[in-house]
Amino acid sequence: MTGAPTLAVWKFASCDGCQLTLLDCEDELLAIADRVDIAHFTEASSRSQPGPYDVSLVEGSVTTAADAERIRRVRAMSRTLVTIGACASAGGVQALRNFADVREFASVVYARPDYISALATSTPVAAHVDVDFELRGCPVDRRQLLEVLTALLAGRKPNIPAHSVCFECKQRAVVCVAVARGTPCLGPVTHAGCGALCPAHQRGCYGCFGPAETPNAGAQAGLLRAAGLSEADVLRAYRTFNAGAPAFIELSRVTDGPPPGSGPRDLPERGDQGD
Amino acid sequence: MTSRKGVTRVTEQTDRTLTVRALARVEGEGAMHVRVRDGAVEDVRLEIYEPPRFFEALLRGRRHTEPPDITARICGICPVAYQMSACLAIEAACGIEVTDAVADLRRLLYCGEWIESHALHIYLLHAPDFLGYASALDLAREGRGLVERGLALKKAGNAIMELVGGRAVHPVNVRVGGFYRAPAKTEMAALAEQLRGALDLALDTVTWAAGFEFPDFRHDHEMLALVTPGQYAIERGTVASTGGLAFAPAQFEDYVIEEQVPHSTALHARLAGRGRYLTGPTARYTLSGQWLSPLARQAADAAGLGAECRNPFRSILVRAVEVVYAVEEALRLIDRYEPPAPCYLEVPPRAAVGHGATEAPRGVLFHRYAIDAEGLVTSARIVPPTSQNQASIEDDLRRFVAGRLDLDDRELTRQCEQAIRNYDPCISCSTNFLDLTVDRG
Repeated sequence: MTGAPTLAVWKFASCDGCQLTLLDCEDELLAIADRVDIAHFTEASSRSQPGPYDVSLVEGSVTTAADAERIRRVRAMSRTLVTIGACASAGGVQALRNFADVREFASVVYARPDYISALATSTPVAAHVDVDFELRGCPVDRRQLLEVLTALLAGRKPNIPAHSVCFECKQRAVVCVAVARGTPCLGPVTHAGCGALCPAHQRGCYGCFGPAETPNAGAQAGLLRAAGLSEADVLRAYRTFNAGAPAFIELSRVTDGPPPGSGPRDLPERGDQGD
Repeated sequence: MTSRKGVTRVTEQTDRTLTVRALARVEGEGAMHVRVRDGAVEDVRLEIYEPPRFFEALLRGRRHTEPPDITARICGICPVAYQMSACLAIEAACGIEVTDAVADLRRLLYCGEWIESHALHIYLLHAPDFLGYASALDLAREGRGLVERGLALKKAGNAIMELVGGRAVHPVNVRVGGFYRAPAKTEMAALAEQLRGALDLALDTVTWAAGFEFPDFRHDHEMLALVTPGQYAIERGTVASTGGLAFAPAQFEDYVIEEQVPHSTALHARLAGRGRYLTGPTARYTLSGQWLSPLARQAADAAGLGAECRNPFRSILVRAVEVVYAVEEALRLIDRYEPPAPCYLEVPPRAAVGHGATEAPRGVLFHRYAIDAEGLVTSARIVPPTSQNQASIEDDLRRFVAGRLDLDDRELTRQCEQAIRNYDPCISCSTNFLDLTVDRG
């Protein structure tokens, strides 16, 4: 094992699902362990080697003052730091507290909220330290996780497309649920990576991979409203597992738009229709 | 392999502290603290420092269709349990009962989660303790075939999750009222082929685990589980206990009281007027063992499990038997599978309160939701298995440590960690868990 690159896996506020995705690589896990020295992975091993580490995978968001300190120590020990999942990359579902009062939240769950220490916000790792790569998804996709690990071992950039879920529907020849069935779908504004799982199951994408590059806010709002969502529904749609992602916050402010099919090709004055 | 070799006996030291700051091979973050004074165990605490995520608060104001997707995110290892308890609770509130065909497909999906979660715990988290390794990856260097067997078993569970649920972690195919899409019969046939191979792996797992050395330990906790007479309870049932309690999930909060303790972000549950109790595989086995399939029953008998299991170290055997059962049950359900049509019922909201309880891999998982006439959640309550078990785990540790004070700190700490892993504690679920300190003064 001497000379093999060292890998550390860290957990912050999260459900364990993204770390579990590494253990879910049933066909590849032992081969990875042959190539990589898994030096720190508390969920899988009671032995922990001290840093520094070549690669750290970080799951979870920062929600306590102690964790805000811990992520700095992890960064200092890591040559390359990769966040895995919606919590580490966007704050996770627990970032819904960012739009509420955390003390009121604590009082709902705990009889003695004063025993509970939690920050007012749930923030992504990048809000605290430099991050070398963010892998999206709630949870991350197994094939994408393997691609990131393989790329890091080979010293190249991971091949993770930043386009929308719509591309994956076309690649899988999945009929568009929004167009064909009028199902509300976040696919047009959501980052690819899942393989268009929800549309393939005849439901609309619910945005668990976070925002795609350059989403069209007005067109998306129009699509959702035409599918029967209320303004409050549109807001809720963006406020789930990537509620803290800046692009989803921006999108959630646009709760109405032109119905699908009304532009820009169908309009006489194309020049005015930019967003 | 020789964990008992080189153990220094400590006889003269009467005050000491043992601390495990980050419990390994458990799901989530917790610590353990043991304080010994004048040669007696004064205090044992499981400290759950997993940061709270406030699910019960953030569910308020969400649509009644959303809790299955949202609460799945409480735990990446048992998301189906959260989805199923949430669906039952919301359907109960709305006065909807799903069709038998949908209930069967839910049971199949849940079998997948039991297989995946139990195989993970048996092979990757728990077996290394019995064999003297720090991890399954270390075990794999000397026994690669063993770990490959465990991974193949786990993969079979995930194959069910992926076909029926759409994804192994946080399935996308579950909805209130049923499923978004019913798998085709041809897809099920391919899955059955994989499961027939997994059945042999599951039986081999029981035989293998039966050869482990189990410390002599017995608890007298009241054990609590769901029961469905005639069938091993998984995706529904009424609550029963070894103390003779019997009640419906809707009465859960009349019988179970949650208390907050300063050292934990997990609430501790107790039975009103009765005290601590234990839920999980050994409770299920003790209350429903007579309803195991003949093959699983035979495997349990051959492994030396009697009518009940009160030695928590032997829980690994019960999990292995439950994997045999879950694989067989999955095969039975697939064998008679016809795609449900429709694959879901519409569930229009109404102002009401609904309760749901199912058997998560780690035990009874209770949900209660109040929804308003618009279909918005006005309050939510979730009681996960690990918070129900926390008082019993601490009680077991207290007695376990008291009988082993002659061990040095390192060995005692190692054995305590193993004892905690007996319960497969899910700290992410309970948020609400564990760092071991032994304070001997």
